[in-house]
Amino acid sequence: MTVTTVSIRPRLPRLSRPSALAVIGILIAAFLMMFLILPVIQVIYVAFLDPRSGALTLDNFSDFFASPLFRESFWNSLYVAAMSVVFATLIALPLAYLTTRFDFAGSAVIQSLGIIPLIMPPFVGAVAMQLLFGRNGTVNLLLNDWFGFKIPFMEGLNGVIFVESIHYFPFILINLSASLRNIDRSMEEAAQNLGASGMRLFRRIVFPLAMPGYIAGAALVFIKVFDDLGTPLMLNVKAMLAPQAYMRITGVGINDPMGYVISFILIAFSVLSLWLSFLVMRGRDYATVQKGGGGLARRQLSPWERVAAWVVILVILGLVLAPHIGLMLLSFGTIWSFSPLPDAFTLKHYGTVFSQAGQYITNTLLYAGGAALIDILIGTAVAYIVLRTGLPGRRWLDYLSTAALAVPGVVLGIGYLRMFHGVHLPGVGPLASWWVMIMIALAIRRLPYALRACMAALQQVSLSLEEAAENLGASKARSIRRIVVPLMTGGILAGFVTSFATAAVELSATIMLVSGERDAPLSYGIYLFMQSPSGRGAGAALGIIAVIIVALATYISQRVIERDSHLRGARPTGSH
Amino acid sequence: MLRTALLLPVLGLMAGAAGAAPVTVVTSFPKDMTDPFKAAFEAAQSDHTLEIVNRNTNAGVSFLQETRGSNTTDIFWASAPDAFEVLKNDGLLAPIEPNREGIPDEIGGYPMNDPEGHYFGFAASGYGIMYNTRYIEANDLPVPAEWEDLMAPEMNGHVAMSSPSRSGTTHLTVETVLQGDGWDEGWAKWKWIAGNMNTVTERSFGVPEAVNSGAAGYGIVIDFFGLSSKATGFPVELVYPSVTAIVPANVGMVANAPNPEGAAAFVDFVLSPEGQQVLLEPAIMRLPVNEAVYADAPEGFPNPFAEDFAPDAIAFDVDKSGARYNLVNSLFDVMITYRLNELREAVAAVQAAEAAHPEGANPQAQALIDEARALIEATPITEEQAADPAFAGVFTIVRDAEDVEVVGRQAEVERDWDAAVVANYARARELADQAAALN
Repeated sequence: MTVTTVSIRPRLPRLSRPSALAVIGILIAAFLMMFLILPVIQVIYVAFLDPRSGALTLDNFSDFFASPLFRESFWNSLYVAAMSVVFATLIALPLAYLTTRFDFAGSAVIQSLGIIPLIMPPFVGAVAMQLLFGRNGTVNLLLNDWFGFKIPFMEGLNGVIFVESIHYFPFILINLSASLRNIDRSMEEAAQNLGASGMRLFRRIVFPLAMPGYIAGAALVFIKVFDDLGTPLMLNVKAMLAPQAYMRITGVGINDPMGYVISFILIAFSVLSLWLSFLVMRGRDYATVQKGGGGLARRQLSPWERVAAWVVILVILGLVLAPHIGLMLLSFGTIWSFSPLPDAFTLKHYGTVFSQAGQYITNTLLYAGGAALIDILIGTAVAYIVLRTGLPGRRWLDYLSTAALAVPGVVLGIGYLRMFHGVHLPGVGPLASWWVMIMIALAIRRLPYALRACMAALQQVSLSLEEAAENLGASKARSIRRIVVPLMTGGILAGFVTSFATAAVELSATIMLVSGERDAPLSYGIYLFMQSPSGRGAGAALGIIAVIIVALATYISQRVIERDSHLRGARPTGSH
Repeated sequence: MLRTALLLPVLGLMAGAAGAAPVTVVTSFPKDMTDPFKAAFEAAQSDHTLEIVNRNTNAGVSFLQETRGSNTTDIFWASAPDAFEVLKNDGLLAPIEPNREGIPDEIGGYPMNDPEGHYFGFAASGYGIMYNTRYIEANDLPVPAEWEDLMAPEMNGHVAMSSPSRSGTTHLTVETVLQGDGWDEGWAKWKWIAGNMNTVTERSFGVPEAVNSGAAGYGIVIDFFGLSSKATGFPVELVYPSVTAIVPANVGMVANAPNPEGAAAFVDFVLSPEGQQVLLEPAIMRLPVNEAVYADAPEGFPNPFAEDFAPDAIAFDVDKSGARYNLVNSLFDVMITYRLNELREAVAAVQAAEAAHPEGANPQAQALIDEARALIEATPITEEQAADPAFAGVFTIVRDAEDVEVVGRQAEVERDWDAAVVANYARARELADQAAALN
């Protein structure tokens, strides 16, 4: 890939940006068109049809706004999404602050374990949550025995907010931490020289500079929670938009267009929220020129501070990891029913899954790894095109990719069957049942996560660094490869980890596309076991295996980031 | 490592293509059930292999609908008869004539097979109440026997059920009570039961899950959920009320099956005494439809052919049920699923008022309570309206021109029902609160 740079005037690069980027942009647009837009349109176009005559109409939309149930669902979804951002921030902020500001042994623990809440295996996760926090879960049974009252953690909208916050706060933690690491130390030093310290330094200098990461994470939490189906279904809350859409789409033999109307509204609203988050960020420059100084200065904690920090961290981790502790108990327990703990412990569930787990693990690593790889490639390219070029319609690449968050997995799955089942590849059979399609579906569904992380990372890289490289004679491609991408590493890895972790437990699109057990990933294996009472322990064992795999992958990439920043931090700074 | 991983599925595909054509089965049944059947079938029919593709019922139906252009599935194998009805109407099932020796056409008034031979019941299931023994002991609750027992005030907040629009088997239970007690009485009964619910689960398996975990005390379930939970060791029991629905689980051959001989062999096997025997395994616990197999059944295994099984079973009217299928689902969701909180509050208020004024001790309060009860029980449409094609047609799929003029779009109809129901529940609660406040 050779790129010719016509212009050498750094501030006027827009018109003359090389065409290779345009080609990449068009390829990505074609990919999104093929695997996201067209399949989804094939399914949700019925939102615009009169169910009887088949004529084009907007009646379905006026029905939506005229219905009190739907209006109520809309406000409930909005309320839950907003409150979840607030609570997720309360959880993520102290963790991110402690790990990036202080020299502290707990940092690696938080950065590795902090991702785990994202990995909520389907079905078993819900059972584990109920057994711990449900109305007759461990906590409430003990509370009732000791104090004679119960706390409705898992009831109604507040229950949804509770579960969503502890489930999705890692989006903020990961993106905010990546941003904090990227802040130029000299900014902080300048502020300190001017007399700022402590909370004031954080409030006025550090946090504002980390805004791209925070906004990226918060926007993800907001849109994800607004569109999320799993949690409301698990808590049996029906008066929210996503469950309303799902229940109307998946009923056997029913063809109520309202399900597709709601899907359309979810997608439109997600794009709107994203646009609003752009408005917040518009006109501000978060880039800092100096990179590679190892981020903010890390302070030593005094012994007492250290104790306090550990207490804060253990309390938060105890809360957010509770579902996984429950899952662990479930996977080792025999019978667990209306009691604080399982009746007895056994290894037999792991024995049950042992013979099949190998295939599931291989497939999961392949699909989720491949999907995450596709995601960061597209994410980096789209981030660059959106932020650094003047290509017409570039923002739409971002909007479209993010709209995938709002597409229910079942809609995407049906769309793929409709588009690709009739296509036969030699040696493969119907294209829709080829395992590569599962990987692509996962990549499409998890692309928004990687994209937000890449965007945040690039927003912190100053344009002048590229220009400097180009002035020194580097080609565009070379300056991207040698300057921009390395400086984005933290964000890209954060994107990889979130995409990978969440793709590893995806089920709703997968279940439509898996053509046999041979191609099945772990989440599908869990589904198989969780269809019968005796499969509960085995399903939990598979869930634990999924969690361990993702945690290991996270830990390894964490080590890569640390080593990388350590290497770069060792070089003399200010040498560019 | 990664390269091997990349290659393996490809090699697997090629190997699969080279061997004998397998029988591809799309099923919603759990592994616990498909594995023993696969083993038994492959042992009995050495020239066929079974390829199980597990999808939930909805996903399975969608899959067959979307892949009809180049079908790769031989058999559809699932519980819900309505899913088969949908597939049959779409022309996705092929009629066959398997060997059905020893299998009656109906059990307890419920037809077991499609009269046109598109699908066949191979296992019967009754509906019952499953309860968690630890739960009811800890909360000092009674052992239930009949549906009415779930309406009692002390059951408030302890019952779980799925929605008929989510679970074909639940639909049959709802319809059974509507037919057995009549439209108005039947809906009233469901609402008083629903007022005691703590949840309407999104999938039918959510109910046994809730009872097994102890999240709910009682669950309205298809029998094998209760029986196999108990067999797994959970502290649960199952009772059959005297009015129960007997629901066949079905098997059918997909139209244009790639391997029709294999498919026919599998259907034959499932209906044969050997295949029926597999159903008795503790992890499966479904009731064979061949009476002779019960000779080998373990002690205490329910037998739908026995005289004392569900003595008050009704003669189930399939045509009536079919005509209002989607309407009943929608009505249940509008009145109960989506407005469970409002309903629960109204029912709790009435229960409190009745506790304050037992047995009509205060006539003024009793009048208010009666009015509140009537408001809760009211249904937005009558049975005659429900049977009217102008109404029922609102909820059917048909998108091409139809001669029946319908009364409106589904969303409009549901909106009107919703408004009426919400107003009734709110008013009922008000009246009941007034009654309770009297002294």
